[in-house]
Amino acid sequence: MQLTEQLAQYVLSGFSTGAIYALIGFGFAIIYNSTSIINFAQGEFVMLGGMLNYFFLTTLKLPLIVAIVLAIIFATASGVLFERLAIRPLKAPTPLSLVIITIGGSILIRGLAMLIWGKDTHSIPSFSGSEPINLAGATILPQHLWIFGITLLVIGINKLFFNYTITGKAMRACACSRKAASLVGIDVKRMVLFSFAISSAMGSMAGIIIAPLTMTAYDVGIMLGLKGFCAAIIGGMSSGFGTVLGGLLLGILESLGAGLISSGYKDAIAFIILLLILFVRPQGLFKKTETERV
Amino acid sequence: MHSRSISVLLSVMLVLTMAGAALAAPPIKIGALFAVTGPASFLGEPERNTAQMVIDEINKSGGVKGRTLQLITYDTQGDATKAVQAATRLIKEDKVVAIIGPSTTGDSMAVIPVVEKAQIPLISCAAGLKITEPVKKWVFKTAQNDSLAVAKIFEHLKKHKLTKVAILTVSDSFGSSGREQLKAQAANYGIQLVVDDTYGPKDTDMTAQLTKIRGSQAQALVCWGTNPGPAVVARNAKQLGLKLPIFMSHGVSSKKFIDLAGDASESIILPSGRVLVADLLPNSDKQKKSLMAFVKDYQKHYKAEGDHFGGHAWDAVMLLKGAIERGGDNAAAIRDQLEKTHGFAGIGGIFSFSPQDHSGLTKDAFVLVEIKHKDWVLVK
Repeated sequence: MQLTEQLAQYVLSGFSTGAIYALIGFGFAIIYNSTSIINFAQGEFVMLGGMLNYFFLTTLKLPLIVAIVLAIIFATASGVLFERLAIRPLKAPTPLSLVIITIGGSILIRGLAMLIWGKDTHSIPSFSGSEPINLAGATILPQHLWIFGITLLVIGINKLFFNYTITGKAMRACACSRKAASLVGIDVKRMVLFSFAISSAMGSMAGIIIAPLTMTAYDVGIMLGLKGFCAAIIGGMSSGFGTVLGGLLLGILESLGAGLISSGYKDAIAFIILLLILFVRPQGLFKKTETERV
Repeated sequence: MHSRSISVLLSVMLVLTMAGAALAAPPIKIGALFAVTGPASFLGEPERNTAQMVIDEINKSGGVKGRTLQLITYDTQGDATKAVQAATRLIKEDKVVAIIGPSTTGDSMAVIPVVEKAQIPLISCAAGLKITEPVKKWVFKTAQNDSLAVAKIFEHLKKHKLTKVAILTVSDSFGSSGREQLKAQAANYGIQLVVDDTYGPKDTDMTAQLTKIRGSQAQALVCWGTNPGPAVVARNAKQLGLKLPIFMSHGVSSKKFIDLAGDASESIILPSGRVLVADLLPNSDKQKKSLMAFVKDYQKHYKAEGDHFGGHAWDAVMLLKGAIERGGDNAAAIRDQLEKTHGFAGIGGIFSFSPQDHSGLTKDAFVLVEIKHKDWVLVK
């Protein structure tokens, strides 16, 4: 009884962190699929979401919903600016130079955030109270329900966007073949810009909904970004449910590992999985063959 | 001819000024090494502010035995190499009679060989046990040892017959030093550590560790870390409905912790220097006078609450002042007098140095405080 209760708690905790990883991993997948860039600055947009929301909510004392909308707008704008200033001017982009640029960008964003908001950790109130909810002997917070709900919603909307709108389809076409896409008249550069906008908006959304649980500081983006990257790799860089499953799997394994083996290995577990997947199944756990990516 | 008379006049004036300066006696130079910028600036900045404030105040009220004190401060940036360079400069160029600081244990350990060789007394403001253990002839310190905070918590646990304890420590130098002390001292208080778990300094979810603790025999939880980790632990404990009494370290004895943990901070108990609860102390408390003076002064000068970090510098300057008053401006005499300091009621505690003890404090340097309605209450 005691053990089943504990297990239930580990799984539930793992689910809630996993949902966050999935949402961040999604941002990686979207950019990768339309540009084949792995955007290592993705974690910084998560940080920006949390910090901007804190800034609008606590410093400017705006209502929660306004603060959230403004935070997403500003984070998206910085994602677009990043693409315009750092990615697009590149004459002959190679994967290596792009990776280095995104890493450089992440250091810059982090540094600016530190200068603007300082090094302190900040807490943000929960969206709807902090009374724990009991589920089969395990407990979660109302904020976890928000995380599950918003993750599902965002992924659902993305699915619809990529499958049923012209822009979404055009972005998938770019993923398939940039050359062919531009030949049929798709503005590839524009699609790249879109993908940065969408993924920074999603990243900031992730940052906003987790900040009430985890608190936020200028340097939270690195670890979250890496975990999101793991989730995306497990899911084979798909922007479908592969990444969601990847994130959840990662979250649950981490939580079980910390609880049953030792918490010292928590981060190691994520990176061992990452390496194993890259060695053994580089196409991701859930992918049958090389079909569509988006 | 004309130019010659000017030069004569100038030399006369020069001689006169020099004579005048000799009559007024030169200031006594005191060196200071603080990590004013860099990762340890939360220590170095209040320390520098406090040291300067205290020195100014001493000079305003006539100095020490009619001589003013001059503080020469260098920023170590929390970097041991810079600390050593600055210490050498203080000794060789500025010719100081004593040095206060550095702010961190790392900087202090690096500077110790330099001052030992030059035979200049050093009063470190860092907490590491190894600074004064084993005792080094020229090195003293004012920050309370971790071991005293651990002793204070265990004493409370023993009194309340809580013998099975879970510890959750952060995996950085602060946490591992705490963990060592917790493990080393448990047996002395008849305490059994039933869970010994850790978390990473950047972790944002500790429910797994706490679930394990919930399923164990533990009657109390001791968490050792600096912000923000312990705030996450407090929040997660509330989420899981953990009923154990929770104890934190002095690493979170600041209002920031209450801000971060919010409602989850209720009923948490932690050891803290007295400065946090200065106004709650009974008037009979020996330190109250020093504490109130420091808090008020700091508020007046810097429009911020004086904390225990600034307090370390306050203690260092005042200890030095006492030693100079008794022994004069000679480095060796200052050292001897520092070692003879007995019952000095400062900010960090009541200091009594001896040839065997250069840290000078007992576990009474800490008081236990409990968080009630987002404020501190003294635990009787």
